[in-house]
Amino acid sequence: MAHGAGGKASRRLVEGLFAPLLFSSSSEPLGDAAHLDFNGTKIAITTDSFVVKPLSFPGGSIGELAVNGTVNDLAVSGAKAEAMVVTYVLEAGLPTPILEAEARAMGNAARKAGVTIAGGDTKVVEHGKADSMYITTTGIGRPIHGLKIDPRSVRAGDKILLSGPIGDHGITILLARGELDLEADLHSDTRSVLPLVEALAREAGPGVRWMRDPTRGGVATSLNELARDCRLGIVLMEETIPVRDAVRGACELLGLDPLHIANEGQFLAVVAPEYADAALNALSLAPGGQDAQVIGEVREQPSGAVLVTTRYGGSRIVDMLVGDPLPRIC
Amino acid sequence: MKFVDEFREPELITKTSAEIRRLADPDRHYRIMEVCGGHTHAIYRFGLKDLLPANIELIHGPGCPVCVLPMGRIDDGLAIAQNPDVIFTAFGDMMRVPGTQGSPLEHKARGMDVRIVYSPADALKLAEKNPDRHVMFFAIGFETTAPSTALTLMRAKAQRLHNFSVFCNHVTIIPAIRAILDSPDMRIDAFIGPGHVSTVIGCRPYEWIAKNENKPVAVSGFEPLDILQSIVMVLRQLKADEATIENQYKRVVPWEGNRAALRAMAEVFELRPYFEWRGLGFISQSALRLRESYAEWDSEQRFQVPGVRVTDPKAAQCGEVLKGVLKPHQCKLFGNECTPEHPVGALMVSSEGSCAAYFNYEHRKTAMVTSIASVA
Repeated sequence: MAHGAGGKASRRLVEGLFAPLLFSSSSEPLGDAAHLDFNGTKIAITTDSFVVKPLSFPGGSIGELAVNGTVNDLAVSGAKAEAMVVTYVLEAGLPTPILEAEARAMGNAARKAGVTIAGGDTKVVEHGKADSMYITTTGIGRPIHGLKIDPRSVRAGDKILLSGPIGDHGITILLARGELDLEADLHSDTRSVLPLVEALAREAGPGVRWMRDPTRGGVATSLNELARDCRLGIVLMEETIPVRDAVRGACELLGLDPLHIANEGQFLAVVAPEYADAALNALSLAPGGQDAQVIGEVREQPSGAVLVTTRYGGSRIVDMLVGDPLPRIC
Repeated sequence: MKFVDEFREPELITKTSAEIRRLADPDRHYRIMEVCGGHTHAIYRFGLKDLLPANIELIHGPGCPVCVLPMGRIDDGLAIAQNPDVIFTAFGDMMRVPGTQGSPLEHKARGMDVRIVYSPADALKLAEKNPDRHVMFFAIGFETTAPSTALTLMRAKAQRLHNFSVFCNHVTIIPAIRAILDSPDMRIDAFIGPGHVSTVIGCRPYEWIAKNENKPVAVSGFEPLDILQSIVMVLRQLKADEATIENQYKRVVPWEGNRAALRAMAEVFELRPYFEWRGLGFISQSALRLRESYAEWDSEQRFQVPGVRVTDPKAAQCGEVLKGVLKPHQCKLFGNECTPEHPVGALMVSSEGSCAAYFNYEHRKTAMVTSIASVA
């Protein structure tokens, strides 16, 4: 199961098994979407599968996640989603109203994000062979003018921007499962980050070197991947990282680190220092970007790792997530 | 956030850190053991070592229940759950702890019915909801979690709920501290006492450490300021050549402990004559089992238990690290064969284990400082 949790094991599976067997040019760093050039016509393509329990939760449902997740994977690779195709894998006996609600959620999210759902497929498997409903999507998009995303272009001194508070989605799901007698006024952050990425491209495009939406495995895992890809260090200032009190409280209680918790509507960007102010300004002024922050910077050391410094002078290394975050009780 | 932010206030932390520097005699090397795994985790998570002078060494103690659980006990618990009627329940802490055939999570992946619960009461609820299955709660923890197991068993008995049992691995902290102090290679100047355990047992059970062993103890909370303040307390005692028990965590820990919790434990549990601790070996009267009056809810009596004994690989030096003789990175296996993903020794299995905490938060930081120094 750890191989699907987005952390170390997932990366090993992709780099160790899939990449050598499947990809033609393995020299390209692994990103959220692939950029292809067909005789001068440039497109970006991505695919993703959505498995979530419960299917709907405060702030969203699997249908919205599927659309926003696809749009966001394209956006942070520097592309605007144009069209997507969708596959539903359904467990026999799934009540029709649930399917209808998810299809509607998907349609609404697609209209909101400005992406066309161009086709799809449905498979039904025996009862007990799937958990209610899985959705797989493939999205294609066009490169956003003025953006060139490449982890190899990241340099020491670059600033790290975060679009808003972290951990809302992961903690919402944890609470929505109802296993914890905790209540919090919290909802998933699922949304398209495309408008924010476009604002960033407009105001600071040439300075943007890398972007990623920190979904499973959280901010810590995304930044560890970056640190390894560019062989530089990432230093974060803990007090600048926006985390809502409800998320912080749940994490304190359960022994989790907000940096490891999943997000579905935030993104990280690495920006050249001379563009940092313009970039932060662009995000802050865009709708939904008012909580954006510069949370740290790229340094030569610790090479390949993420270091978090605290307000009072302590510091710690934050690794990728290993498996799913498990609560600590005893 | 109330009760959290006050104890992470930078100005107070800087002041307390300065006080520690003032109190520490530069010609002396201090070895202070924090008994509880929660403290170990906090020390690394908040980077507290950066705030201490180099001659104050923190030794990470035996207070991580997951780490000190012998592998054979995990095998035994999982052996019971091979029965398809059984639902195996445990805290999230247990889920990645390896038995010889893999961890509970790996057994789940192979089809075993394994569920994470947040309290034993949740496991009891699961038993109520599944009358045709048997729910086994794999209980771990010191006196911190033992009362909730006891209360759950009392409720099961009152409800005559017979499809529920506890596989009891509860251990007690005092014998473990005694074992460490009795060890010939032990060199510890003072203790940071466990905060959560002490909410139940109070401060009195530590008095012998001051009286007989002449070591200061400060029972401590888990925020950065708590831990630093506790270090100030024991340094003051060492400076004055005194040894007493101080309660830094007064906002939570009553001196006499929690009588209701202790009563519940006494009703349900009795001491085992001896119990094996990973890294420390057999310690007499160091663990709890269910009393005869609760035999019906005792997994070890209801099911055939193989009684597996697994010795740790010889190369793993967990015992030496636990006693503070070695630092985590001085063990031969550290970071090579033994990592948080593939733990060999006890202290790598839980994020509160000193080796895992060191690996996650400190290891590469040290490597970084070394590499900068070598460039200079």
